[in-house]
Amino acid sequence: MKHHSLNALLAIVAVLLLVAAHFGWIDNYIQIVVMTIGINIIMSTSLNLVNGNMGEFTCGHAGFMCVGAYVSSIISVLCFGSKFGDPMLPAGSVLFVFPFILLIGGAVAAVSSLLVSVPSFKTRDDYLAIISIAVNYMIISALENMNFIGGSRGFQGMKDTYWAMIDIFDGPWMLFWVINFTIFTVWVIRRFISSTYGKGVNAICQDEVAAEIMSVNTNKIKIINFMVAAGLAGCAGGLYAHIIGYVNPQSFNILKSTEAMVMVYLGGMGSLSGAIISAILFTTLMEILRSQAIIDGMLSPVTFIFPDWEPSAGVIKWVMIPLLLVIVMQFRPEGIMGNRELSDVFPKLKKFYRFK
Amino acid sequence: MDFIFQNVLNALQWGSFYALIALGYTLVYGVLRLINFAHGDIFMVGAYISFFVAGFLLGPLAGLSPLVAFLVTVPLTMMLTACVGVTLERIAYRPLRRKGAHRLYVVITALMCGLILEYSNLAVLGASRLKFPELVEKQIWNIGGIALTNLKVMVIVTAVLVFLFLQWVVTRTRVGMAMRAISYDKFAIPLMGIPMDNIIVITFVLGSGFAGLAGLLFAMSYPVLEPFMGMLIGWKAFIAAVVGGIGDIKGAFVGGFLLGAIEVAVVTVFPSTYRDLFAFTILLLILWMKPTGLFGIPQSTKI
Amino acid sequence: MMAQTQPQTNITPVLEVRGMTQQFGGLRAVSDFNVRLMPGELTGLIGPNGAGKTTVFNLVSGFYQPTVGEIFINGQPTAGLKPHKVTSLGVARTFQNIRLWNDMTVLDNIRVAQHYWLNYGFFSSVFRTKRYKQRETQISEEANELLEVFDLMQFADEFPKNLPYGTQRKLEIARALSTKPKLLLLDEPAAGLNSADAKDLIRLIRWIHETFDVTIWMIEHHMDVMMELCEQIKVIDFGETIAEGNPEDIRNHPAVITAYLGDDNI
Repeated sequence: MKHHSLNALLAIVAVLLLVAAHFGWIDNYIQIVVMTIGINIIMSTSLNLVNGNMGEFTCGHAGFMCVGAYVSSIISVLCFGSKFGDPMLPAGSVLFVFPFILLIGGAVAAVSSLLVSVPSFKTRDDYLAIISIAVNYMIISALENMNFIGGSRGFQGMKDTYWAMIDIFDGPWMLFWVINFTIFTVWVIRRFISSTYGKGVNAICQDEVAAEIMSVNTNKIKIINFMVAAGLAGCAGGLYAHIIGYVNPQSFNILKSTEAMVMVYLGGMGSLSGAIISAILFTTLMEILRSQAIIDGMLSPVTFIFPDWEPSAGVIKWVMIPLLLVIVMQFRPEGIMGNRELSDVFPKLKKFYRFK
Repeated sequence: MDFIFQNVLNALQWGSFYALIALGYTLVYGVLRLINFAHGDIFMVGAYISFFVAGFLLGPLAGLSPLVAFLVTVPLTMMLTACVGVTLERIAYRPLRRKGAHRLYVVITALMCGLILEYSNLAVLGASRLKFPELVEKQIWNIGGIALTNLKVMVIVTAVLVFLFLQWVVTRTRVGMAMRAISYDKFAIPLMGIPMDNIIVITFVLGSGFAGLAGLLFAMSYPVLEPFMGMLIGWKAFIAAVVGGIGDIKGAFVGGFLLGAIEVAVVTVFPSTYRDLFAFTILLLILWMKPTGLFGIPQSTKI
Repeated sequence: MMAQTQPQTNITPVLEVRGMTQQFGGLRAVSDFNVRLMPGELTGLIGPNGAGKTTVFNLVSGFYQPTVGEIFINGQPTAGLKPHKVTSLGVARTFQNIRLWNDMTVLDNIRVAQHYWLNYGFFSSVFRTKRYKQRETQISEEANELLEVFDLMQFADEFPKNLPYGTQRKLEIARALSTKPKLLLLDEPAAGLNSADAKDLIRLIRWIHETFDVTIWMIEHHMDVMMELCEQIKVIDFGETIAEGNPEDIRNHPAVITAYLGDDNI
C-alpha cells in the first residue's frame, strides 16, 4: 500500500487546490502561479527527456509548444468559438472534447519534431543545437506570416471554450486541466523511462555506438523520444493558450526555450525529480521577483545612491535570475540533483515511490 | 543591372556583419568547444561602448574632430569590449572549466551571461533607443550608376581584413598553433608546457575585440542602439558559423556572407517578413545535406 | 598453408564473408577478405597493429558497409542493414575499448541488450499492458540468470564504471551474450588485463564456448591466449589475409613472422 502513498498525497493536494480555488480561498493570482508551475513542469520534464535522458542538446523546445498552442487554439475556436463561423460542436460536449483538443495539438507538435529528430540521426551536439534553434525560429516566423490566424498580431478566441466549460459548471476548470495534464506528463515520462524500452534512450545517451550494436534501433528510439517530448510540450502550449486566451508567436521565442533549458540544467540532466523541483523553484522565483516592492527593497541601497534610477521589476528579474543561476552553477556544476533522483538522495523515500 | 549590384552590395555588407560576429563564435568554439552564447550580446556591448567612447571624444571634455575621434574610438572600443569578453571568461567560464563541469553547463552559463548583459543594460540605460553620433561623414560615390557609400565599403573591407588577419593568426603564428593544439587535446596541452589559460584569454580577446569592432561599424551604419540588438544577429551569426563548419575560420567567413546573400535575395523577391523563415529554412537544408557544415570535418566514430 | 577444406554438408555457416573489401578514401583497410565459420568453431584473427582486424569486425557487425563483397550471417545477407538489424540476425560483439553504458546499472546493461526483442512499443510501456509485464519479467529472469552464471550477481545494482577492469570485460561479454547470438565477436578481450586475469579470461571464453551454443571469433594480441584457445587462426596484414591454419602452423609461418618481426633482408 505504501507504494500508493505518493499518488494518494498528490490526489489530496490536487483536490484541495481545486476546492480552495473553487470556493475562492486562493485568489486568481495564486491559481495562475500554480498553473504556470504545472506548465513549466511539463516543459522541463519533457525537455529533460531529450536533453537529459538522451543527452542531446536541443534549444528550441518552445517551438513545439508554439505548434501545440496554435493547433489546439485553432481547433478549439473551430469547435466552440464563433470566430470562424458557428461553433462546430455543441457547447455541452466541451468537457469531453477539450482533452482531445490538447492531445491533437500535442500530436501535431510531435509530428513537427521530425524536423529535429531526422537530422539527429546523422548529427549530434552543437550541430543539432543549431538545427533546433533554426526550427524554433522557423516555426515562429512561419506563424507570423500566416495572416489568417492573426500573424504577428497573435490569435485569440479560445476563451469561448473556457466559457463553455463555465456554463456547465462554474469551477476552476483550467486549474483542473493543468493539474491533470501535469500528472499525466510525469506519469507518461516516468513509465516510459523506467521501462526497458525507454532505457534504450539512456543507452543512446551514454554510448550510441554500443546501443546500436546491442540491438537498439537508435533512429526509431530517437524519433519516439523526440515525439514524446515535443508532444507533451505541445500539450503544455495548448494549456497555456487556453489559460491566457491569447497566443502570439513571439511568446514562444528563444527566451521561452531558454527558460525550459534553464529548468532542465538547474535540476540536473536526466533527473526527473530534479526537473520537477527546478520547475517549481524557478517559477516561484520568477513570481517573487515580479513584485516591484521586493525588487525596490533589494535595490534600496543602490537607489539611495542613485535616486534617479527607477529599476523596473520586469527587467531586474531577468538580471537576477540569470545571475543566480550562474552562481548556482559555480557551486553545483551538475545541477541541483545531478543525474540522481529524489529517491536516490533520500533512500527512505524508496519505500513510498521510485522515480525510476 | 544597377538593382542587382546594389543588392549584392547590401548582401556583402550584411554578410560582413554576420562574418565578423561568426568569426568570434568560431574562434572560441574552435579552441574550447564552447558555444559562447553571450557573443551576440558582446557585440551589443561593443556598440554601446563605442557610443559612449565616441560621445565622450566628441563631447566638450575631449572635443576631438570626428575623424580623430573615429580613429581613437576603434582601438578603444575593441580593447574595452575585449575586456568584457575576458571578464566573462574569468568570472563565469573558467571556474566551471576548472571544476570539470559538463560542457553544456558552461553553455548554459554563457546563455545566462548574455541575458545578464542584455537586461542589465536595459535596467541601467532604460528602454529608450540611443542615436549614434556621426563619426565619419557619409559619402556617396557613384560608380556607373551604383551608389557606394564609404561606410559600406569600410564594413566590407574590414570584414575581409579581419578574416585574413585571423586566418594568419591561426595558421601561421605560435599562438594559433597552440589554439589548434588545445582544440585537439585539452588534456595533453598543459603537459606540453603551453599556458592554456593564456591562450584561452587571447582567444577571447580576439573574438570579443572583433565583436566590438562589428558593434562599432554596425552602430555607424544603423545608428540606433537598443539592448536587444545583439540577440537576433548573434543567433544568426552563430547559425552562419555552424553552416560554414564551426571551428573553422574560413567556414565562419563564408557562412556569414552566405547568410547575408540569402537574406538579401529573399527580401528582394518576397515581403521582408519572410526573410527569417527562408533564411532559416535554407540553412536547415544545408545542414541536412552536410551535417557538419560546409567546411567542417565529418566526425568519424572510432570503435 | 591453406585451411583444411570444409566438409561439404548442408549446415549453413554462421558467418560467410565473400570478397569483402573496404576502402577509406585512398586507403584499402580490408581487401578481398573471405571467411567461413561453421557452428561451434572458435577462431582467431590476428595481425599487427593497423592491419584491419577491427575493421573486419566493424564490417561484420554492420557498423560499416563493405565497399565490395558480401556478408552472410546464418545464410542471410547483411547488405544494407543497420547494425541493430545485423545484431538481430545473431551477431554480438565486444569492443576494444570497453563500451558499457556507464550510468546504467549492471542489470540494466544486460536487459537493454534485449531491446530488439522487446516486442512492445511506447504505448505498452506507458500503459503497462499484459505483454509488457510478461516481457519485462521474462527479460529480468533471463538477465538475472546470465548474471548468476557469470558470477556477477553481487554487482547487479552497481554502475559498471565502479567495477574493476577485468569485471567490466566480463560484463561486456555477458551483455553481448544477452542478445543470444550465434556468433560472438570478441575484440581484444584480454587487452589491459594482467596475466592472472588473462588466465581467467581464457577459462571464461572456453566455458562460454562449451556452455552457450555460440561460434566465437576473436581478435587478440596475447599470443598465449590465442594459442591456447583457438582451433583456427587467420592472420591479416595491411588488409590482406597472409596466413591461416591451426596455431602451431601459424607460429612457424614465415609470412606471419615477417609481418610481426619485420623482414630480415632490410
